[in-house]
Amino acid sequence: MSYNTANMKVVEGSYAVAHAVMCCRPDVISAYPITPQTHIVENLSQMVADGELDSEFLTVDSEFSALSVLVGVCAAGGRGYSSTTSQGLALMYEVLYNVSGLRMPLVMNVANRAMGAPLNIWNDQQDAIGARDVGWIQIYAENVQEAVDATLQAYKIAEDKEIRTPVMVCMDGFVLTHVYEPVELLDKEKAREFLPDFEPEHILDPSHPMTFGAFADPSTYTEFRYQQFEAQLKALPKIEEVARQFQESFGRYYGGLIDGYFLDDADIVIVTLGSVVGTIKDAIDSMRSEGKKVGMLKIRSYRPFPVQALRKALKDAAVIAVIEKDVAIGGEAGLVTDLKAAFYNSSIRTPIIGFAAGLGGRDITIKDIRRMVEKAEAARKGDLSEFEFLALRKEIL
Amino acid sequence: MDKSLLAPGHRACAGCAMPTTIRLVLDAAGPNTIVVSPTGCLEVTTTPFPESSWCVPWLHSLFENASAAASGVEVMLKRRGKDTNVVIIGGDGSTFDIGMGSNSGMFERGHKILYVCYDNEAYMNTGVQRSGSTPFCVHTTTTPSGSQSQGNPRPKKDMPAIALAHGIPYVATASVAYPVDLRRKVKRALEVNGPSYLQVNAPCITGWTFDAGTMIELARLAVESGLWPLLEYEKGELVGVKKIRRPRPVEEYLKLQGRYKHLFKKAECADMLSQIKDMALTNMAKYNLVD
Amino acid sequence: MAIKAGSLVDPCSTRITKTGAWRTFVPVFDHEKCIKCSLCEIYCPEGCIHQEDGLYIPDLDYCKGCSVCANECPRMAITMVLEEK
Repeated sequence: MSYNTANMKVVEGSYAVAHAVMCCRPDVISAYPITPQTHIVENLSQMVADGELDSEFLTVDSEFSALSVLVGVCAAGGRGYSSTTSQGLALMYEVLYNVSGLRMPLVMNVANRAMGAPLNIWNDQQDAIGARDVGWIQIYAENVQEAVDATLQAYKIAEDKEIRTPVMVCMDGFVLTHVYEPVELLDKEKAREFLPDFEPEHILDPSHPMTFGAFADPSTYTEFRYQQFEAQLKALPKIEEVARQFQESFGRYYGGLIDGYFLDDADIVIVTLGSVVGTIKDAIDSMRSEGKKVGMLKIRSYRPFPVQALRKALKDAAVIAVIEKDVAIGGEAGLVTDLKAAFYNSSIRTPIIGFAAGLGGRDITIKDIRRMVEKAEAARKGDLSEFEFLALRKEIL
Repeated sequence: MDKSLLAPGHRACAGCAMPTTIRLVLDAAGPNTIVVSPTGCLEVTTTPFPESSWCVPWLHSLFENASAAASGVEVMLKRRGKDTNVVIIGGDGSTFDIGMGSNSGMFERGHKILYVCYDNEAYMNTGVQRSGSTPFCVHTTTTPSGSQSQGNPRPKKDMPAIALAHGIPYVATASVAYPVDLRRKVKRALEVNGPSYLQVNAPCITGWTFDAGTMIELARLAVESGLWPLLEYEKGELVGVKKIRRPRPVEEYLKLQGRYKHLFKKAECADMLSQIKDMALTNMAKYNLVD
Repeated sequence: MAIKAGSLVDPCSTRITKTGAWRTFVPVFDHEKCIKCSLCEIYCPEGCIHQEDGLYIPDLDYCKGCSVCANECPRMAITMVLEEK
């Protein structure tokens, strides 16, 4: 991957994402404050106020309203944007289904944060992973640059006439929203070429009146859901295609659906999503220098879940360790469950062990990664614990 | 009325006031109108896939967000320089209760949207449950009359007052029994440059229990008894009151409806009946309803 | 019939459902008594009363027989009759 460092600026992650949104030219931005995404909408607000961005900026009464406003915007033919996290995403839950069911190509940044109770404002992925079945495409960013690039790509995927599915671009709250790091901001004109104006087929228009949002009884409901299912399947190659088109235009590529690090000859493969990828890469570098054959597979597209790509990439691993920042209370955790399901009917019989870590913003350290790799090595020898909380503070229980 | 903008074939009950309300509103607003509705009787009876009664563009999102969705439509129309009416038509369940947050936000942001509430005074689509709009003493399935209870113990939420408290430029109450008044108020509301709220009394045969043919008569009695004053506010000032031509006793209105029948059967309810009469008298005095 | 994604529906399409099948009583209009006040047309929840050559005619494809028109007619020019089917 080549970075054109000459064009890089050190900016706050939220600013970089806001700048990306500006380059996507949304008609309407609806904003509601919630830590840690607030800086994104604050930056957008300033861009509008300074005349840099020609968008309507609406301060709304709740996150529920924030996304609902965009339903109206999209129905009236506009491109909409909002961002949220945690409690806000949960409040929008009903609208998430509504938007995907109405096939509206909206894009939201989700600054992943823990769900309360207990109240916690720090990063984990419970919010978005908990909403994985609502019919939105979910792309997870590893660093600020990827969050920027994925936002532009997200609109292109969503608005594709074969796809027409909303997209959440997930970035770890605080970790990526509040960090200052070097980023190459998007070029407005190149972005305009990459993402033309939004031209939906049907809109609310008295000269061609249509009814949006009729109720579907048992005789047709299933087929509507099936259409959405098919669209997510079509999104699998589309996400890869758009990532490659982006690479052509902008020179950067992070993988389409998945990405690998020292994957090819790895015996122990760590599977994960989001910013912890950076820590894991550092841990792998040092473990490799010790002769350990550890690799990583990063999941970029969590929905649609890239089953075939995962089977192909992981078929030669001796053991797989999944680390994720969420739990499925009463089950295990989202990603490990999806991964095990993806392999069950294949010929892959690699042991898969799962770890919940980083919940409520707890730092995942290199030591934690090493401990996980030790447990993976033990699992390879038959000493297998299927799922556990990594770095649990037993002394305070 | 010329070609109706609401096609027949919808699934509303025979004698329902809601489609009459819609037709009157659309007749006054005209075809250059986009309608947004919340979930409810209106939505379910007029848009059973693959059919729709709406001859104007229409959007339904969810139960509690019609105001938010309509705000998004209005902002886009303004952005594109289109002079199209945006009208919300929704029931009292959404308007008074679950949609309060969304409504408050829309009023407060000052969107040029007419909000028409067809008020049948309960959650009718789900089978007649009490809403914030249900008047005092009414029997609903969640405030039933029984040996320990005499119907809804709370007074009706004053939604027009809440709308007024937001400082919106136009607020009015109307009735299907007074179609000329209703149409005039719709036209006036669409002229103001900001949010407007119109609350329309819409009797419900299924929920109120009355003979379907008396729907308009009942709506008229609600007004003539003083319980549903027809008021008009511009910029917060009361500018119009429809005088009652032939005042009727409250009992004449209540007796026609099954939802009030326990008031006349149970001795415990005598006091409540006089409270309702007092409400009517208070309205008569406050708004000078009778000359 | 192919479904349009997002449950999108064409306008005015409930016309294919003839709700006239619902009714028990049918309105009969005495045009001699009619003063053409048009209140029947205004109040009808179906919007199915229309003018034809100056006469008010219910569209029996859609009339649900609710009898609001009969109740409201100031000249009692409309009678509800049990419909023979």
